[in-house]
Amino acid sequence: MDEKKTKLLAAQIRLETLRTIGALGFGHVPGSMDLADLMAVLYGEVMHYDPKNPRWEDRDWFVLSKGHAGPVAYATFGIMGFYPMEEAYTLNKPHTHFPSHTDRLLTPGVDLTTGSLGLGISTAVGAAKGIKIDGKDSRVYCVVGDGEADEGQVWEALHFAYAHKLDNLTVFIDKNNYQLDGATADILDHGDIAKKVEGFGLYVQEIDGHDVGAIYQAIMNAQAKKGVPSCIVLDTIKGKGATFAEGTGAHSSQPSKEQWAEAIAASEKAYEALKNA
Amino acid sequence: MSVNLIGKHEKDPRALRDAMALTLEELMAEDKRICYVDCDLMNCVNTGRLHKKWPERAFEAGIAEANAAGVAAGLAATGKIVFLHSFGTFASRRIYDPIYMSAAYAGLSVRVLGSDPGVTAAFNGGTHMPFEDAGMYLSIPGTTVLDPADYVQFQAIVRQLPGVEGVSYTRFARKSHITVYGEGSAFTIGKGVTLHESANDAAAIVCSGIMVDEALKAYEQLAGEGISVRVIDMFTWKPLDEALLLKAAADCGAIVTAENHSVGNGLGSAVANVLAAKKPTIQEFVGVQGRFGQVGAQDFLMDEYNLRAADIVAAVKRAIARKG
Repeated sequence: MDEKKTKLLAAQIRLETLRTIGALGFGHVPGSMDLADLMAVLYGEVMHYDPKNPRWEDRDWFVLSKGHAGPVAYATFGIMGFYPMEEAYTLNKPHTHFPSHTDRLLTPGVDLTTGSLGLGISTAVGAAKGIKIDGKDSRVYCVVGDGEADEGQVWEALHFAYAHKLDNLTVFIDKNNYQLDGATADILDHGDIAKKVEGFGLYVQEIDGHDVGAIYQAIMNAQAKKGVPSCIVLDTIKGKGATFAEGTGAHSSQPSKEQWAEAIAASEKAYEALKNA
Repeated sequence: MSVNLIGKHEKDPRALRDAMALTLEELMAEDKRICYVDCDLMNCVNTGRLHKKWPERAFEAGIAEANAAGVAAGLAATGKIVFLHSFGTFASRRIYDPIYMSAAYAGLSVRVLGSDPGVTAAFNGGTHMPFEDAGMYLSIPGTTVLDPADYVQFQAIVRQLPGVEGVSYTRFARKSHITVYGEGSAFTIGKGVTLHESANDAAAIVCSGIMVDEALKAYEQLAGEGISVRVIDMFTWKPLDEALLLKAAADCGAIVTAENHSVGNGLGSAVANVLAAKKPTIQEFVGVQGRFGQVGAQDFLMDEYNLRAADIVAAVKRAIARKG
């Protein structure tokens, strides 16, 4: 893996995520920004896809079960050439193809529709099962929020993935420790979520979700594991790279114009610094 | 579309579950895209045979219906033609959000089969007795909703389901039904079947499922009293055969709907919606009137919830009286 290139891509994804949401002025900034490093590894180094043929039948699949992080996917797909980046700046405007939550009927690159929390992982599991039935080598990558894991259906899906030996499935849990009403530990404490998933029989790794090298290595480890689905718990900082959101734990953001300008300028600066390094 | 009406009020020795299981077996042999997902009820509907033949394509999702619906949607996204079975209660209420969001809203086709609707849940009782299942599916944009009357009709429906795009919901009793149709009957999803009609029909009975046989009995009783009525088997609740319905309304001037379902969100209300908008017509509703289910034999329950020929006869007479 080219670490420098991947870090640069992550910085670009953060910048475009901010521009995408910033065009309207409000949205789910925090839970989008914390996934930029994962998206850079997946779309820059790991996944097989064709931006000109998003439904290519031998592609790898990506399911954003925490659908409200749509903007980070839209930024990634735009950068990778699924559509001109500017199109995503229509986010949530009338008749846009870029809604808050990812929709397979609207946005090139979106494999399955998500938004009602807990549902997306089941569809990811179904896709992984369908790929197995066809005897294909494609893999399915699914991102679940730690707050989302309050939903019982997440655990039904993990149970199914284990029982059906879906080793072509990797579930990422975005453990940013916050959900809408506050800290996950205060809302409905999971305890050790990695151990819980391990208890469901999955091959589990817990890593720094902002370390692109660690993310890449964990995915390679997961791919090497046969007979069981895998889970990678990403320890992340909600809002990472958004000056007004990082470290606040907020679920959505509606910063002032000045705050937007400051955040985008800081993100541009971070991107340029990496580009010129 | 022509049917061979038997209508002798005799039980079919075949169980309806076999109309599903054996027909699916034929379909799966022909088309390897077809998948069948069950929720620990294969033994109730004789579909274990599918799992034995095609373990990869016909499989268990266990007692986790909501996940099963999401899995079905994901399978559909990979190009599979997916059937999903559970009891009607779970195949509607328990999976409503995933079947709505992950399948219907997402533009993915899943053919849901809900067994033992309404009073046919019998000895499983109120916890397993859905009177609102089909109505829930009527509420989802783009769905197809079906309530077959007997073995032959259900078999014909299952054969057509692979070609039905979007989410469909078919409710059927697992066990034996009264035979309405003979072999060789042909049905088209979306088209109602007129079983009796004359130039002097004073009312039209629009019914489906187990109520078709009751309607035929009501027809005979009314004929004996010199009252002529039209009988329409409206096994497709959605898309509703509006042309047939509106013609019946125009010809007869009164409609009686009969359903093994809550009248508040079922066939009666679907019919009333069309009539109110396009041809206001006197209507009487035979069906479950805002009540929960309860345990008991199907015969007892049909009496208890006023789902009998006598109830249809009384409703027809009320409707005719209201015409003035």
